Amino acid sequence: MNAIHVERLVFAYPDGRQALFGVDFTVERGERVALLGPNGAGKTTLVLHLNGILGSVAGGTGSGRIQIGGTDLHREHLPEVRRKVGLVFQDPDDQLFMPTVRDDVAFGPANLGLRGSELDDRVHEALVQVGMQDHADLAPHHLSFGQRRRVAVATVLAMRPEVLVFDEPSSNLDPASRRELADILAGLDVTLLMITHDLPYALQLCGRSLLMDGGRIVADGKTRDLLGDADLMSAHRLELPYGFNPMSVPGPEK
Amino acid sequence: MLRSGRNKIKNVRVHVPDGFFDAPTSIATGLIAAGAVGFSLQRANREIRETGPALAGLTAAFVFAVQMVNFPVGAGTSGHLLGGALAAALVGPWTAVLVMSTVLLVQGLLFADGGLTALGTNITLMGLITVLVGYFLTRAILQVLPRRVGSVVPAATVGALVSVPVAALAFTGLYAVGGAVDIPLGKLATAMVGWHILVGIGEAVITAAVLSAVVATRPDLVYAARHLQQELVLIDADGNTSSVSPDKPIAAKPARRALGVGVAVTFIVAGVVSLFASAHPDGLEFVGAKLGFESAAKHSAVAGSPLAEYGVSGIGNTEVSGALAGIIGVLVTIVVGLALAKLASLKADRAS
Amino acid sequence: MSGDGLLVAVDSRVHRIPAQVKIVALFVFVLAVVSTPALVFWAFGLYAVMLVAAVVVARLPAPVVSRRLAVETPFIVFALLLPFVATGPRIDVLGLELSESGVLGAWNVLAKGTLGVVAAILLSATTGPRDLLAGLERLRLPSTLVAILSFMVRYLSVVSDDLHRMRIARESRGYVGGRAGHLKAVAGGVGALFVRSFERGERVHLAMRSRGYTGRMPLLSAQGASSTQWLEGLAISLTAVLIAVASRVVGL
Repeated sequence: MNAIHVERLVFAYPDGRQALFGVDFTVERGERVALLGPNGAGKTTLVLHLNGILGSVAGGTGSGRIQIGGTDLHREHLPEVRRKVGLVFQDPDDQLFMPTVRDDVAFGPANLGLRGSELDDRVHEALVQVGMQDHADLAPHHLSFGQRRRVAVATVLAMRPEVLVFDEPSSNLDPASRRELADILAGLDVTLLMITHDLPYALQLCGRSLLMDGGRIVADGKTRDLLGDADLMSAHRLELPYGFNPMSVPGPEK
Repeated sequence: MLRSGRNKIKNVRVHVPDGFFDAPTSIATGLIAAGAVGFSLQRANREIRETGPALAGLTAAFVFAVQMVNFPVGAGTSGHLLGGALAAALVGPWTAVLVMSTVLLVQGLLFADGGLTALGTNITLMGLITVLVGYFLTRAILQVLPRRVGSVVPAATVGALVSVPVAALAFTGLYAVGGAVDIPLGKLATAMVGWHILVGIGEAVITAAVLSAVVATRPDLVYAARHLQQELVLIDADGNTSSVSPDKPIAAKPARRALGVGVAVTFIVAGVVSLFASAHPDGLEFVGAKLGFESAAKHSAVAGSPLAEYGVSGIGNTEVSGALAGIIGVLVTIVVGLALAKLASLKADRAS
Repeated sequence: MSGDGLLVAVDSRVHRIPAQVKIVALFVFVLAVVSTPALVFWAFGLYAVMLVAAVVVARLPAPVVSRRLAVETPFIVFALLLPFVATGPRIDVLGLELSESGVLGAWNVLAKGTLGVVAAILLSATTGPRDLLAGLERLRLPSTLVAILSFMVRYLSVVSDDLHRMRIARESRGYVGGRAGHLKAVAGGVGALFVRSFERGERVHLAMRSRGYTGRMPLLSAQGASSTQWLEGLAISLTAVLIAVASRVVGL
């Protein structure tokens, strides 16, 4: 069954900038997909549509069709869709808005109606998944950037989502934090859609990639094939790191 | 309320401390402030439900941070921003009252800045009067300017300019009612308003500069100009073009009323406050002397001040003339402000 | 500017008193101080002794307290001017002709203002921001206001850091400040800061809605204060009220 299905999606921001010019794609349940593309391609705008934060459902200017888990995205389904689709923002400061880590991870489940020990267990479980259970009572601004990113993942995991959407999970992380996050992501049993400029990260974690440019999907295929297509890459301002050969490293396909 | 505009004292935000006004005045302004916050919560409810409390909180954090910025306003001096009029233009008057109150509350509780019993006074002066005077004047002036988003800059400039001396006048009025020491109120009013016209010019210049920076990048964010936005053009998947109105979560109020309210609020505040000021025995004595009912004005401290010419001679009732002096003060400020606005828009036209 | 306010992170009896008790205590204490006639010098002496005792019990380092007293400076200037501008009979002090009521007024503003600031420092140095918010929530501050406060406190350091980085960027490109021509650079930066803050506010709201926010913030405070805690926290304030009443009745 389809986890995400998007059809002819169009959107313009209130200031008049049009960001999406007709986007179509489908992600199967359990798939791990990277969303690649240059800055300003509309990637973040696209993922903000997936749980109805932007777009006509939210009263914005746009058209098109979105299905999550087989049901159309409608205003009345929003609470359910927002539980199913977990969004991890690029800047953890946007996501961690409560006074302490514990308050923040509890925010989502509390909105789902959890209370008392059930809520505490859910918070603890999510923090254990990202290895941050010892920092529950700290304020977000006392954490390192890598720790904040992990707590941000925990805030979403606490909602037990079916689809996890990341906006540049590896950006600004030191190499060790980047690897630790990859280990956490690889161990999760969810559908994953991940915006990234970190092409080795995409190859390591995602078998399939979508390439987006100018508000449209311009390529869709195996990550290894896309990264190996030099013409396609240079046409959309994508470059592999120095010395990196996508054909010679192991990917998620065994 | 007193603000140090000199370069030497850096990053000092001045709030009325405990003990500056007597307990009844503190409690009365506390009630005013609580009422204003309650009313604003009600009025801002719709905006806050649409945009979330986070936006107001971030705006408050912004105002808090910006109050610590030293702006070079020319002639080797620098100014600070109170931010009431700016916040009102950016996020609307009711949210702005909440934002300014939040800033003052955090400064008082978290940073021990500004007395807790004086919180009501501080909120009334800096959170309520500057915001309302600034906003309604802005909306009123937008009525007579060309209908485009850029007009909000000169309009808010005047709003900011007038809001500061009006708040200073209100401070003097409070001092007349509940000041702990008898000082000649006329002197205080003249010094406060005279000085705060200068501070207000700084506030106006900074507000204009900040607003034009916002108008240049995200005009849709300026609350006071939401109703002036142009329609959007949308191109769909097949390349068809259509025109839609921008999604504006909250349209600003129909502005005809704003004109009246703005002028009325300003005049009432100025008039009532001056009346208060002149009702005080010392104030009476001084205003009387100043206006020439007594033999001559000997108060040399006032002679050189901008308000020295405000005398309304020939009016027998000192209270009335005191109020008149206040209103005239505001009028002069508005005229100066309008002239500045005219200059600013002329300059903007030439630049574009 | 840190998001922790003035918090001095040590453990003490004062730190452990629930925030709502401390907020009420501060308010009552300051109100008592403000209502005390300026001439009753012994009352102010007693207030000061009690405050110093509380500062010692709270294990606050003296430099922290004295540094924060600096917020008072502008009003000290104002107070020192009072003896010269106030009206009424004159007295002779060290060859200066001063107004009697002005001297008294200066003392009044200085004494009450200083006591108020020290008391406020005592609150903010012994109470973390989250506890303060929880305390305000327990004191029935409207939930929308608590929410706005909480976001403001959370993002204070983030916005200040943004501002700091902009200043560094400006200065590292040769900006020295002071000249009027540079107003545009500073104001442009502040304008950009607003856009950034506003957009962050929008993103935070999106993040909240993504996690099921429907207009109600979860409650921060877990439990109330016991009556023993109320008594302990209000001890100084109630004594202060007694002193204030006594000072009115007994006078000098």
